[in-house]
Amino acid sequence: MSSNRIQQRMDALSAIGRKALIPYIVAGDPTPSVTVPAMHAMVEAGADIIELGMPFSDPFADGPVNQRGAERAIAGGTTLRSVLDAVSKFRQTDQQTPVVLMGYLNPVIAMGETAFCDACEESGVDGLLIVDMPPEEEGSLVQGAKHRGLDLIYLAAPTTTDARLATIGQATSGYLYYVSLKGITGSSKLDTGEVKERIEHIRQHISVPICVGFGIRTAEDAAAISSTADGSIVGTVLVSQIESLTNDPAKIPEALQSILKPMREAMDANA
Amino acid sequence: MALTEQELRSLDYEPDTGGHFGDYGGRYVSETLMAALSELDQNYQKLKNDPDFQREFDADLASFVGRPSPLYHAERWSKATGGAQIYFKREDLNHTGAHKVNNTIGQALLAKYSRKPRVIAETGAGQHGVASATVAARLGLECVVYMGADDVERQSPNVYRMKLLGATVVPVESGSRTLKDALNEAMRDWVTNVDDTFYIIGTVAGPAPYPQIVRDFNAVVGREVKWQSKELFGQYPDALVACVGGGSNAIGLFYPFLKDTEVAIYGVEAAGRGLSTRQHAAPLCSGRPGVLHGAKTYLMDTNDGQIAHTHSVSAGLDYPGVGPEHAYLKDIGRANYVGATDEQALCAFHEVSQVEGIIPALETAHALAYAKTLAATMRSDQTVVVNMSGRGDKDIFTVAKLDGISLT
Repeated sequence: MSSNRIQQRMDALSAIGRKALIPYIVAGDPTPSVTVPAMHAMVEAGADIIELGMPFSDPFADGPVNQRGAERAIAGGTTLRSVLDAVSKFRQTDQQTPVVLMGYLNPVIAMGETAFCDACEESGVDGLLIVDMPPEEEGSLVQGAKHRGLDLIYLAAPTTTDARLATIGQATSGYLYYVSLKGITGSSKLDTGEVKERIEHIRQHISVPICVGFGIRTAEDAAAISSTADGSIVGTVLVSQIESLTNDPAKIPEALQSILKPMREAMDANA
Repeated sequence: MALTEQELRSLDYEPDTGGHFGDYGGRYVSETLMAALSELDQNYQKLKNDPDFQREFDADLASFVGRPSPLYHAERWSKATGGAQIYFKREDLNHTGAHKVNNTIGQALLAKYSRKPRVIAETGAGQHGVASATVAARLGLECVVYMGADDVERQSPNVYRMKLLGATVVPVESGSRTLKDALNEAMRDWVTNVDDTFYIIGTVAGPAPYPQIVRDFNAVVGREVKWQSKELFGQYPDALVACVGGGSNAIGLFYPFLKDTEVAIYGVEAAGRGLSTRQHAAPLCSGRPGVLHGAKTYLMDTNDGQIAHTHSVSAGLDYPGVGPEHAYLKDIGRANYVGATDEQALCAFHEVSQVEGIIPALETAHALAYAKTLAATMRSDQTVVVNMSGRGDKDIFTVAKLDGISLT
């Protein structure tokens, strides 16, 4: 059953006092053939869950680095269908590591929400994070996802009120994605002390694990964040590394490992 | 699904509490903006009925914008067209030269009442940017305008205007380097600076409550037409025509007439090089529902759901989405949405300049092109009101270039 893979992983980590390292890359960036080897390499480097970006032409919550990643993937011919194919292929040899698809709603609507949820279940996707779909706008995607046991991961932000935290707490499953700062992905003003305070507050409202993303760049950031959160989500720094290797994509899997391994070690040293 | 005439008369045409017009609209944004949008909504619903706020808004429209704008009988053009009497609602005579300022005055006052010292805006052709810079200057607010890098090159006089008014213009290099990318960038700025910044959106698109706010501030256009048409010809017009990019000038004219179902309503989209080509900007005529820039609405996208590149001779209509209320009005059958090509618009641009002595904006020329076709099918005792949404000074370089004339 795909439905419990995220929870199982979170429970297992919690049992051994370890925190989740969650890397994000854009599927198909810069070419479709890189994605599956990169996913396996990240698992090998200590990733617990993989967030795979579904590229969208107008990613207004993302910074320039992630937007360029999406543009490269689209230019390379990546579609929602090929993102799902990548997950199927990954699942041929890895049935344990949870995969979360992250992206924007319009490509999903274009495929059809129900058809998309069917395809997610078939290819072994575990969770969905749709950046521009807050719980208030839930529709057929939410029904379809619940019906197929896919986790729906929602965001909480520094600006989220307590009243909304309650709504989000009811809607989210798998984990909560806490956006560490007011800004876009890849911003550089992470304040780990402030994040700690917020997480303690959010825990009063929300029972699922809380993972933190936006602005985590270094092993020190990852360690500091995971001293209070249940996991660290790392994206822009990886996409930036991919960008620097667009002409030599064979080196990408190893280059991602060299960023993730120190993060893993720093987080584990913390535990 | 199209509704009956009786049903159309009994609707209140207001969004629900989540900002939905039927299936459309809503708040499809990332979590960071949700609090800011609900704060804006609460402030707006309160100020909407605040006599002080309304008095200040009305006073500004009168003394700073120059309202009411005239309703003008285009007699020679009507005669040449050989059908209905055509009237122009002269929004082109407003300060800054278009309907846009009605909305920016309103939103800048909202910023002032919400104690936000900094405003940001996106702009395509530059009209909304100029209007925002204008009101920001007047109210002493810091103003940053995002503009696609291609548009910055195409519309250099407006870029300079904004700078003269004290605004900072930021060229946006990402994506297609046009209006939609400017909107993305403005949303990013807002997410980052949400505490002290008010985002002045320039059209009836975007997340709720913007489509309602922008509509309400532009609705002064339709309200004036109601009394002006009674005064001039003793009844409401038989038909209203306006161009639709995002759709703010159109909704401003249409909204006060929505329950008056005897008044036919036509929104004219940019058919570019033809609706059968993919080189146009006509989501209502040939797009499909999706989600863009925070709202569910009709838009132009690829089979894979990537937002499509659009084309129109008019920068102000060159946008792949449309305001969600228009999507709703289309589905329930209250308004008709049609297209006018680049060529038809340019033809109307020249004709109205020469026959009426009014150089229209290229956006407006799309409405004029369709109004001409429509009027020709009507009797000479019938009336058509066209929203002359902007003046064409900004477009003379574009038109001259198309005609092979160099102005520099």
